[in-house]
Amino acid sequence: MSTTDRTAARGRPRTSARVAAALPSWGELVARFGRRPRETPIVPRASIAAGALVAVVAIMTFLASLTAGAVVTVIGAAAEWQSDVAREVTVQVRPMAGRDLDADVARTVEIVRTAPGVTAVQPQDKTESAKLLEPWLGSGLSLDSLPVPRLIVVAVTPGRPPDYVALKARLAAEVPGATLDDHRAFARRLRAMADTAVGIGLAVLALVLAATVLSVAFATRGAMATNRPTVEVLHFIGAKDAYVAGQFMRHFLFLGLHGGAIGGGAAALVFLLLGLVGGRLFGLGGADVAALFGGAALGPGGYLVLVGLVAVVALVTAVTARRVVTVTLRQVG
Amino acid sequence: MVRFENVGLRYGLGPEVLRDLTFRIEPHSFQFLTGPSGAGKTSLLRLLFLSLKPTRGLITLFDHDVATLDKDSLAVLRRRIGIVFQDFRLLDHMSTYENVALPLRVLGREEESYRHEVEELLHWVGLGERMAALPPVLSGGEKQRAAIARAVIARPQLLLADEPTGNVDPNLAKRLLRLFIELNKSGTSVVIATHDIGLMDQYDARRLVLHEGRIHVYD
Repeated sequence: MSTTDRTAARGRPRTSARVAAALPSWGELVARFGRRPRETPIVPRASIAAGALVAVVAIMTFLASLTAGAVVTVIGAAAEWQSDVAREVTVQVRPMAGRDLDADVARTVEIVRTAPGVTAVQPQDKTESAKLLEPWLGSGLSLDSLPVPRLIVVAVTPGRPPDYVALKARLAAEVPGATLDDHRAFARRLRAMADTAVGIGLAVLALVLAATVLSVAFATRGAMATNRPTVEVLHFIGAKDAYVAGQFMRHFLFLGLHGGAIGGGAAALVFLLLGLVGGRLFGLGGADVAALFGGAALGPGGYLVLVGLVAVVALVTAVTARRVVTVTLRQVG
Repeated sequence: MVRFENVGLRYGLGPEVLRDLTFRIEPHSFQFLTGPSGAGKTSLLRLLFLSLKPTRGLITLFDHDVATLDKDSLAVLRRRIGIVFQDFRLLDHMSTYENVALPLRVLGREEESYRHEVEELLHWVGLGERMAALPPVLSGGEKQRAAIARAVIARPQLLLADEPTGNVDPNLAKRLLRLFIELNKSGTSVVIATHDIGLMDQYDARRLVLHEGRIHVYD
């Protein structure tokens, strides 16, 4: 660099200084992006029994979340049971006088295997049958001396099962001792049980929401009575009823979200703990609980339901408050 | 602007407290509403302010028959009227600035759009240094001025004031009257309800005198 260049460079501001000059100042940034000073709420928060209402909403959301979580678990478990049941049917071949049981089993396997929708056929041999009966009859038993039926486990395509009526008719015609059990009765009972549990859960949810609505309605009426001078002033300066109701609704939406988040968060924690410790808390083997409820753990969908429930509770709280204010103002007007 | 024709008012099944009121309030006019205590000044103001409905007669406000308007339309009409209450009716949890800005906030305006306007008005009524103060710490005169500022911030066409000098000393009363006169000069019709003869003697204006429920107009 020549002496002239160096002098010119010295005369120019340094790069960092130029960058700094191009950037907005701290004050400008605050003015541009900083939080605007918050307006004082027209309905003062202190005038609403906020603490008590938040506690009530939190308790209600907790109960509703537990119920919703249980419903989701039962729905999931029932779907899993039904899917298991739908994947498999059983054919039982009974020994009959004058007939060769092994030949009947072989013929049944042949008939079943050719039916469309059947993916696998697994006949149980004598040893497996003996194992099944071992808890009742003891070990070392020779099944030859007993008329023990043989089971054939048939795997089917869940969405496209075979035509059971036709299959039953064909088996009845060709193998008189064979009966097909498609587990429909069992599946029906399972579905009825799950539906009942879900129905009860939904009824509890509805009751909890109704109790929330009533609590919020009482709290809103109390808040309106306390804020009567404020409401009068709002009317005198030309506020419409909808504006006044909106002021109350804002408060109650916040209270609903606050209480809902506490209750929903507590319920999520409970489900998380249940998922971690399984059924041990209830003195059951973890495996039993897992078999019944898939480990009692709530899946991502379940937690999403809890988040949705918190939003619903907050919304119900806000809408109830708005409705009560609107109706009260209409009556007063 | 305001037209009353044979208006009567009774509370419940009681006697008529206001009878056969027929008068007009013209645009840009200034009038005192006076009469002995209990003559019905506040009731008449409430009729003017649409917080009461007459039991008979016709009230026309800004060319609207008020009997035919629904609640929301009445609210919109009320935005063209400013009112100063005897007991101020300031909201204690809001600062003086916020109280004065309230009518504009209710209109849905952004704070940035009216901040300067409100500050200017507060300076004009002598409350420039008390903007952040809450009403409970204001003196009676300061509250009165804040209430007046709130009543006029949205530039109403009609200003109603109920005993605006009832709680202040004669000096401040004189200043407040000057404030109303200035507002009237800027185009607002003013109705001041008062039984303060001294106040009325300070300004030559139309007088509406209520006596035994009837009104007598002295132009």
